[in-house]
Amino acid sequence: MTIEVKNLVKKFGSFAALDGVDLKVNDGELLALLGPSGSGKTTLLRIIAGLDWPDSGEVAFNGEDALAQGARERHVGFVFQHYALFRHMSVFENVAFGLRVQPRAVRKDDATIRARVKELLDLVQLDWLADRYPSQLSGGQRQRIALARALAIEPRILLLDEPFGALDAKVRKELRKWLRSLHHEIHVTSIFVTHDQEEALEVANRVVVMDKGRIEQIGSPDDVYETPATAFVHGFIGESIELPIQVEGGVIRLGDRPLRLVADELAPGASKLFVRRHDMLVGPPGSGAFEGAVQHVRNFGPVQRAEVALSGGETIEIDAPRDRELRAGDTISLEPRRYRIFAGT
Amino acid sequence: MTMQIADSVSLSSPEAKARAHAAAARNNLRTEPKAVRIAIITLAILFLSVFVVLPLVLVFAQAFSKGILAYFDALAEPEALAAIKLTLLVAAISVVLNLVFGLVAAWAIAKFEFRGKTFLITLIDLPFSVSPVISGLVFVLLFGAQGYFGGWLRDHDIQILFAVPGIALATTFVTFPFVARALIPLMQEQGTQEEEAAISLGASGLQTFFRVTLPNIKWGVLYGVLLCNARAMGEFGAVSVVSGHIRGETNTMPLLVEILYNEYQFVAAFAIASLLAMLALITLIAKTILERHLDEGHDVNDH
Repeated sequence: MTIEVKNLVKKFGSFAALDGVDLKVNDGELLALLGPSGSGKTTLLRIIAGLDWPDSGEVAFNGEDALAQGARERHVGFVFQHYALFRHMSVFENVAFGLRVQPRAVRKDDATIRARVKELLDLVQLDWLADRYPSQLSGGQRQRIALARALAIEPRILLLDEPFGALDAKVRKELRKWLRSLHHEIHVTSIFVTHDQEEALEVANRVVVMDKGRIEQIGSPDDVYETPATAFVHGFIGESIELPIQVEGGVIRLGDRPLRLVADELAPGASKLFVRRHDMLVGPPGSGAFEGAVQHVRNFGPVQRAEVALSGGETIEIDAPRDRELRAGDTISLEPRRYRIFAGT
Repeated sequence: MTMQIADSVSLSSPEAKARAHAAAARNNLRTEPKAVRIAIITLAILFLSVFVVLPLVLVFAQAFSKGILAYFDALAEPEALAAIKLTLLVAAISVVLNLVFGLVAAWAIAKFEFRGKTFLITLIDLPFSVSPVISGLVFVLLFGAQGYFGGWLRDHDIQILFAVPGIALATTFVTFPFVARALIPLMQEQGTQEEEAAISLGASGLQTFFRVTLPNIKWGVLYGVLLCNARAMGEFGAVSVVSGHIRGETNTMPLLVEILYNEYQFVAAFAIASLLAMLALITLIAKTILERHLDEGHDVNDH
């Protein structure tokens, strides 16, 4: 099942949750919608599910207009951040719900439903919880049951809204791996929303980065990390150093200091320079693009994180390997191994 | 063995004394001196006995003052039986109507966003803030001989005032907020996610309501119905205005109690009153049980 979204606009009062979104999701892929809260990612997901309606734009499943159908007819599995399990039903009945509410003409008989629920509980490895109630389960178990319930209707598309957002870090990591292997097994076109970049980069085939109701970049996890398309993406994904610079007459300046960086083909004016923390190489004074004084050093396992006051006025944090110990008060030079410059402030 | 010795040593040490002292001081912070506690508790018990328990006991004492036979004779009077029947009928009508209205209103308020929502919530509370006598008068103004619909009703030979429809209307109006009030906070807390989940799983609107929404709010519904019923049976002011006090026809139990009392038929008056008091006791017990269930229903999915 492919999903095609065209020029989607959704406003809540004067706030534009979606401001002209175009997106094509390929058959069988696992796509992550990544962005800060308020970026419109959940709204987009809910519109695809039919739980919200756009002010304008198109949504098509396999080329068919999906907006002509309600949530009930779309056959979309939806997993909520807070599980939304039916609190008065046992785990078994929760999973069976989608099968039991089918119109009588297509509804399976009770034995078939039982077998199918059993199969799904086996799939999420929780068959031993069938008789429990949602309140008796841990968060991770609830979310797996919610997933089994969504899969029961054999959905054409699986949508997950911050599926691991309410869980603690350890369970989250386990479920991430589990979700990826599950997707590998069942291969249903899936979209999941997250604000956690690590989650998006680890689980998804493709990542869509959103901000303020717009799509900033669509690409593979490697693409969005290695070649961010916009200043927002560079700042949002990975730990970046962000420096305000001025480009004039082929020279890049930080504050009043010219930097030893190539400024060819750059538009003059205020710009932003982005470097990953670990891409700043430390050298003896005078050897690199930046000069600075080390303020603080803390050790994090294999790296040392140093706060460096650059001559030019900014203070940055860098991650350096521990082969050469830095000390507060050292004067050093920094050379960005890789960097990107985006025009504008 | 060594542990015990060590313990007894440490107990007598100055350090342990200081610790015990600190613990006592902590306790003092949390509670009042004994004398104050006793005084406050006595006061509370005294107040409750005089204002709550004593009247209740007196109602039953008066009802049985001429013996148990007189009590049952008083209840078996045709007038009394008619009043009991009318009260039950009116309560049944207003509970059913308010159950439907309350469910619809709470559903609309808790699950949807629309303009004028705050106004609607205020409007639901109106019957609580208006004196029952005025609630009754409103219906006299509407359906009385001089009222807006009076002429039309007379032409079509429809009796509303001084008859069952009027009493039922007034009671329904006065008890309207109970079900809605019990459900709105409950439904707001539960949110719409379970309903959204049900619909995305292919359930129709009705299936969603009966399989997901209703089971989640059933204790709240019972709670609202219970309070609504208690008030409907006990309502005096509004019913008094619209009933016309026709003996054996439009007297509800509270109205009959007043009439009998004014005629110095104390045993009969208190016999009926004892039924109302019993209803109150049953309501209280049921309410306590329901509240326990309501607490259990909260906080299942989230947090």
